Amino acid sequence: MHLGESMRECEYSQISTRSSTPMETPYKKRTPKRKKWEAFPGRNKFYCDGRIMMAKQTGVFYLTLVLILVTCGLFFTFDCPFLAQELTPIIPVLGGALFLFVLGTLLRTSFSDPGVLPRATPDEAADLERQIDVANGTTGYRPPPRTKEVVINGQTVKLKYCFTCKIFRPPRASHCSLCDNCVERFDHHCPWVGNCVGRRNYRFFYMFILSLSFLTIFIFAFVITHIILSSYRKGFLTALKESPASVLEVVVCFFSVWSIVGLSGFHTYLISSNQTTNEDIKGSWSSKRGKDNYNPYSSGNIFTNCCMALCGPLPPSLIDRRGFIEADAPQMAPPTNGITMYGATHSQQSHMAAATPLLQQQSSEPVIITSSPENGTSLPARASLTLGGPCTSLPLGQPTPPTSTPSLSCHEAADMLPIHGHTLNHTHPLQEQAAVHHYLTPEEVPSPPGMLHCGSPLGHSHTVQASFYNPASQDSLHEDSVRGLVKLSSV
Amino acid sequence: MRLQDLQQPAVSSKVFIQRDYSSGTICKFQTKFPSELESRMDKQQFEETMQTLNNLYAEAEKLGGKSYLEGCLACLTAYTVFLCMETHYEKVLKKIARYIKDQNEKIYAPRGLLLTDPLERGLRVVEITIFEDRSIGSGR
Repeated sequence: MHLGESMRECEYSQISTRSSTPMETPYKKRTPKRKKWEAFPGRNKFYCDGRIMMAKQTGVFYLTLVLILVTCGLFFTFDCPFLAQELTPIIPVLGGALFLFVLGTLLRTSFSDPGVLPRATPDEAADLERQIDVANGTTGYRPPPRTKEVVINGQTVKLKYCFTCKIFRPPRASHCSLCDNCVERFDHHCPWVGNCVGRRNYRFFYMFILSLSFLTIFIFAFVITHIILSSYRKGFLTALKESPASVLEVVVCFFSVWSIVGLSGFHTYLISSNQTTNEDIKGSWSSKRGKDNYNPYSSGNIFTNCCMALCGPLPPSLIDRRGFIEADAPQMAPPTNGITMYGATHSQQSHMAAATPLLQQQSSEPVIITSSPENGTSLPARASLTLGGPCTSLPLGQPTPPTSTPSLSCHEAADMLPIHGHTLNHTHPLQEQAAVHHYLTPEEVPSPPGMLHCGSPLGHSHTVQASFYNPASQDSLHEDSVRGLVKLSSV
Repeated sequence: MRLQDLQQPAVSSKVFIQRDYSSGTICKFQTKFPSELESRMDKQQFEETMQTLNNLYAEAEKLGGKSYLEGCLACLTAYTVFLCMETHYEKVLKKIARYIKDQNEKIYAPRGLLLTDPLERGLRVVEITIFEDRSIGSGR
């Protein structure tokens, strides 16, 4: 009997997920608890169990470190003894303090989280997609870049949608392609510090380049002093021969001074006008763009702007690197109900994550992730629907409505019925389906939960078990569209 | 009989309250009452919760004498002071977490709702989970 078969199928799947939460697959339970940094989606490197966070390419950072260490090392070894003797011991002390400050701020800039925005959870992403589709009402091709406009302080700012992170970027945030993260108040990606410079480490970066300018000028000045003083006694060439290190230091400092001091000056200007490097380069707030173009974030006062950037409150990291990855609290109704649920457990999320690239390839068609075979049949009829195959993988995931209709009415479901019954050779499941309307899947929400309401007119509210688990028939049914998804979801 | 009976209430849906950027980059959430909650709770109560949350976040990010002092002190001590002290922001975030827990216990849980701390969502959204109302029956 069909019912029996499907029941059996369903039970098979249930057994595999019965361990704890409904949709948690066994393999998940066996893996030890990992920390979140280990599963971080961006291209960052983590050290010291997630305490240190850097960009992927760190070669130039090590160069910076070596340059600073070597130059300062040489200074303290070869020039300081002379200077301490001839002039005052305060020089090495001051130099030492500056050096430590430079090192501290450099490491702080390089190792801290610049203000990475964690990517949206699958539920959020689906919710946003739904809202966008409702707003756009488009089908078929990938819609144009999604933007939202918001008025800040009288200035219209466009918020862009990030396809990687699946969020609308807050104002001033930008996606760093090198680190593959959205960063708040993104300034720039600095290879010299081996990290992005954003909201959380901008002040350290500024302190770093400022103190490095002072250090460079300091070393440059005192090495020259050393050579001059030496050459009074021994002659210029002898002085040079006696401390060749000084020559090296002068050369390094000479070339650094221009770039570092220039950079400090540039960033001082940026801070005083409360702009990011990104905005300055693009000329976002330049008066050349328009008469009424001004920076909505600036307080108008240089002093206030500086205080805001350097002494303002430091927000904590949003990505919780050292927390443990936990399967989400049970967020899905057990499959028995056959409800299209608006949430996903962790395993679901991983599937969703896997499936989403495909989603985007399929021109951001909404994914109806319900077990209901009905939805499967809708595929040939509605180009906008894509379905996950095997139940275990993509069942109660994030339903998104077909873009054409805000909510599938029962009428449509009825349309699907005959086809469905025919192809699946399953009439029972359809009848079993129902049950849903008794659950409070919000009907106001234009989403496929609405679809399942259609189950009820079909008659009885039986468990969906019957309809749910029939991977074979589902595969054959919408093979074309879910080929990729099936591969991904066949766990 | 049903597996679900052995488990916690199932999630019916989730509502996401997005950020409100009209005041700039400060952390502020929209206070518009979502239609999905209409059947579950008072508009006023919801707005009060959101307003309080917004006020708390504003307090965390406030620029004033205290935060400047903290910033300067931190700079002078090369930020080592934070090894023993919490930042003002972190203190307020803890306050927010307590507030949300309190709200959940008093107002939201009795109505089958659950507020998720936005910090767990990267301060992007306030996630409200709507649990199915079992009192209506399973319809079996």
